[in-house]
Amino acid sequence: MIHTRGLTRSFRARGETVEAVRGLDLDVETGSVVAFLGPNGAGKTTSLRMLTTLLPPTSGTATVAGCDVLADPAGVRRRIGYLGQGNSASSALRVLDELVTQGRAYGLNRSEARARADQLLAALELESLTKRTVGTLSGGQRRRLDIAIALIHEPELLFLDEPTTGLDPQSRANIWDHILRLHKEIATTVFFTTHYLEEADLWAERVMIVDHGRVIADDPPEKLKADLAGDRITVGTADATDAARAAEVARGLPTVHEVTVEGTAVSVRTTGGDAHLPRLLRRLEDEGVQVSVADLTRPTLDDVFLTLTGRSLRESADADSAPSAMFQGA
Amino acid sequence: MKLINDTGVAFTREMAPELRQPAGLIFNMMLPFLFLALFAPLLSSMGDVGQGSESHWQWFAPGILVLLGLSGTAGAGAALLNEMVSGAFERMLVTPMSRGAMLVGRTLKEVVILLAQALLIIAILLPTGFHLYPLGALAGLVLLTVFGVGIGALSFTLAIHSKKQQTLFYGIQQVAFFPLLLLSGVLLPITEDSAPTWLYVLSRINPVTYVVEAERHLFAGRFAEVSVLYGTIAAVAIAVLGVAVGIRGMRNATV
Ligand SMILES: Nc1ncnc2c1ncn2[C@@H]1O[C@H](COP(=O)(O)OP(=O)(O)OP(=O)(O)O)[C@@H](O)[C@H]1O
Ligand SMILES: [Mg+2]
Repeated sequence: MIHTRGLTRSFRARGETVEAVRGLDLDVETGSVVAFLGPNGAGKTTSLRMLTTLLPPTSGTATVAGCDVLADPAGVRRRIGYLGQGNSASSALRVLDELVTQGRAYGLNRSEARARADQLLAALELESLTKRTVGTLSGGQRRRLDIAIALIHEPELLFLDEPTTGLDPQSRANIWDHILRLHKEIATTVFFTTHYLEEADLWAERVMIVDHGRVIADDPPEKLKADLAGDRITVGTADATDAARAAEVARGLPTVHEVTVEGTAVSVRTTGGDAHLPRLLRRLEDEGVQVSVADLTRPTLDDVFLTLTGRSLRESADADSAPSAMFQGA
Repeated sequence: MKLINDTGVAFTREMAPELRQPAGLIFNMMLPFLFLALFAPLLSSMGDVGQGSESHWQWFAPGILVLLGLSGTAGAGAALLNEMVSGAFERMLVTPMSRGAMLVGRTLKEVVILLAQALLIIAILLPTGFHLYPLGALAGLVLLTVFGVGIGALSFTLAIHSKKQQTLFYGIQQVAFFPLLLLSGVLLPITEDSAPTWLYVLSRINPVTYVVEAERHLFAGRFAEVSVLYGTIAAVAIAVLGVAVGIRGMRNATV
């Protein structure tokens, strides 16, 4: 569905050259759901703009939905849907008008467009706002309208640039329901970016992590987490001596990647943490090490990013979920 | 077929808010209204400004219609500029709609508004010394439409090329607007005798001058004047140029 080779894009800004995307090689299969993750400025939006014919690449090739983005941009446009990072609807116009216009832009006639618009407005809980001017909507209402606009023609390929930014948890779940329903019913391929890592974890079959314009990891989320992060067991001990002994014991376990001591807490990175935790506690008991708390954290994609780059994605993202409970009670 | 359909979609999209709030029509007519109310009365005390015995309204009104075409439609690009900043334009660019149709549809809406405003001004002037020559007025409105297409399309083009720096749009618009207006003889006649040579030459270079002169003849019911020909050529040239660069700009528009 998407194939790119050596896709690059650089910008000139104030005499400096910014290399936003450096050599993107993508092959996305029809019917898959792919997440594109990376910190601010990684080149996600720029990549999407090239794939959606909005921005000509500096070099490289891209075929999207069977059409070359440079040779046949009209062909690409007919087959895709796009939700940009900004506002899709003009603030001076009415909600329903913008939806109907979008349907008609894709060749639906007035009544078809109207019928689809009504369905989406109901599904995204916007029916009470149809006559409102877009500029008067709340941020989240506006984002839901943007999503309705992107879905109205039921495209075979959807590009979504931060679809759920600014939405409350319930709306986010609702939006994903709709996107995935389209995916199930008509096998729409979904290519999305997000700063909510759980969304990538939950919904994507494949996660690509980009940093500085390059893809640095590309696998199903489970595999990324197992290979690059692993589970984390944390045990709290009475004092530093006990912590050191506990660390020694932990290092003796099989499949342990890394053991670190921080004060009286010992943190163990491993695969199969759920099986290891009771085993570790038994051994510590045998060794006479007093354990006051024990905790198991499953890895997140943020841990994957941390392993890959030494930086956290959360620092730059508008993190909405609680920070890892790793050291609670330690 | 698709072109016509797409033009219709673009036109309808722009027209919808205007139809819902027809009073909005009046807001961007302030400049011509002010000139009619606060400047035109001065002309009667200045004696003979126009062609012979006609009322000064007869001379002044056609110029005001051209001013309307210039001031109203020149700002058309501002709305597009807002959409370019917000992301709404980007979303339209990803649809399969013809980009030429996007420009033409938007320009048509500007022209419809312009015509409605022109009719309103004519209606207001009817009780004055302004005499309506129906055929001439009709021809005058057609000429105004062609002129409005050109100015509107040029305004959109300017907006497309100002996406990186919005101030460029407002700067150029302002810098172009007043010289074009003042050098067209809309307010006072600029003749070889009354004006310094350099000013007269500048006014002769200004294409708007020819449109104004043609409008004056047409609204006085005179068709067989060489000025009418020149004005028509000037308006058509502006329209062709505007639509050509506008469609080009739209086609190459990126974000
Ligand atoms: N039009 C432009 N002119 C100059 N530089 C640009 C332009 N667009 C993007 N860039 C630069 O290219 C880099 C990549 O930007 P891009 O918008 O693709 O990032 P992103 O991954 O989408 O980030 P975010 O998560 O913040 O949306 C950034 O350094 C950005 O400043
Ligand atoms: Mg982005």
